[in-house]
Amino acid sequence: MEVVIDQERCIAAGQCVAAAPDVFDQRDEDGVVVLMKAFPGSADEEEGARQAAAVCPAQAIQVLG
Amino acid sequence: MSHSLASEPAATAEVPYFPMDRAAGYPFDPPPPLRAAAEHNPVSRVRIWDGSTPWIITGHAEQKALLTDPRVSVNDRLPGFPHWHAAMREVSVHRSESVFNTDPPVHTRFRRMMTAPFTYRRVNGMREVVQQITDELIDQMLAGPKPADLVEALALPLPTLMISHILGVPYEDRDFFQHQASVGMKRDANREETMAAYRREADYLTGLVRLRAAEPRDDVLSDLAKRVNDGEITPAEAATMGQGLLIAGHETSANMIALATLALLEHPDQLAVLQQTDDPAVVAAAVEELLRYLTIIHMGQRRIAKEDIEIAGQTIRAGEGIIIELAAADRDPRAFPDPDVLDLRRPRPGHHAFGFGPHQCIGQQLARVELQVVYGTLYRRIPTLRLATTIDKVEFKQDGLAYGVYSLPVTW
Repeated sequence: MEVVIDQERCIAAGQCVAAAPDVFDQRDEDGVVVLMKAFPGSADEEEGARQAAAVCPAQAIQVLG
Repeated sequence: MSHSLASEPAATAEVPYFPMDRAAGYPFDPPPPLRAAAEHNPVSRVRIWDGSTPWIITGHAEQKALLTDPRVSVNDRLPGFPHWHAAMREVSVHRSESVFNTDPPVHTRFRRMMTAPFTYRRVNGMREVVQQITDELIDQMLAGPKPADLVEALALPLPTLMISHILGVPYEDRDFFQHQASVGMKRDANREETMAAYRREADYLTGLVRLRAAEPRDDVLSDLAKRVNDGEITPAEAATMGQGLLIAGHETSANMIALATLALLEHPDQLAVLQQTDDPAVVAAAVEELLRYLTIIHMGQRRIAKEDIEIAGQTIRAGEGIIIELAAADRDPRAFPDPDVLDLRRPRPGHHAFGFGPHQCIGQQLARVELQVVYGTLYRRIPTLRLATTIDKVEFKQDGLAYGVYSLPVTW
């Protein structure tokens, strides 16, 4: 699985970090999403990334594969 | 402008009036016509206070589509915008540009000035403080007379303390800002009262921003003051941001604390789930389900179409108003099986309690921490907690922008 983010669209709701704290983080200065793992390593992380993409209110996260 | 009479319903008499009351005896459920609409007619029309007949969106999937559609605007100065009431229409022309009335990319710029204190990790770093305040407030309630009003004892002070601290608004001023916030939120708000309350609060925030500009501290108002000094935003824009965070930051969580407690006391089997767990994952899931089940923002998010939009077999014309009624969508059976059942073990539901799209609640992670701490603490510390009245005597905020209870007498 590959995770792709769009920082332009991001509105810093933080739902991705809640869903997959090892895959996503937020910039200190404005909360915009930061990708820590483009390729999640475990089934848990993959499930979290899928959940993050589903709940992201800005639709700024895509999971490929 | 493609707004035409042909797209208006034939007889407005057939179009239900919005907002509508909840059914007697079902204080936790959205009004029956909206629940039916969510299932059978997710994009329909209502009549509002000014006689206009905007669209009302009650389906979960349809809300998700429209709340992320760039053809849908929050610009409340556009003609045809479905305002909450006459007073809001009046206030709208005086409000400076902010996250509340702009679309991306302008909205994005404003929003990113407000988001830093509310990131997932920042607010989870405050969990211990939230826990400590919660414990102290419960101690005080237990040491005081029975029955106690849970709203006064815990539900209102906890989020008010937190948002005051984060913003840098003196907690001693709470009577003032809580009152100002409640005046303008009423469904039948008087135009003069609303304007006066809006101005008093704007002046108050402007004064605080000026103070912080001179003597900065580590809080949001100081950060906004710095942006004013740097010429990034105007003092009025800073005050509007502070005002929005202050209002949204205390009343909403307060309602969720008191209303959820009432709902749990009415559903003892669900209350038991929280009484019998110390697993943060169980508590977190319970918070999401209570957010879904209660969805307290029940006046509808207001929008306007900038272009024609085809959705669910209907055509929303450019210039037509759109009301996104979140509570109905969170009971949409197409999105949630058995939607009227409160089931704290329901899988993470993707509810719309915080809205959806670029305007989704800025403070949602703070709200989650507050609710997780309270729901994870209160019912375990006071297992005998019970209502000191009957539910039919409880007064609900039928006409508030956020639904809740005015007071909740409890004993133990």
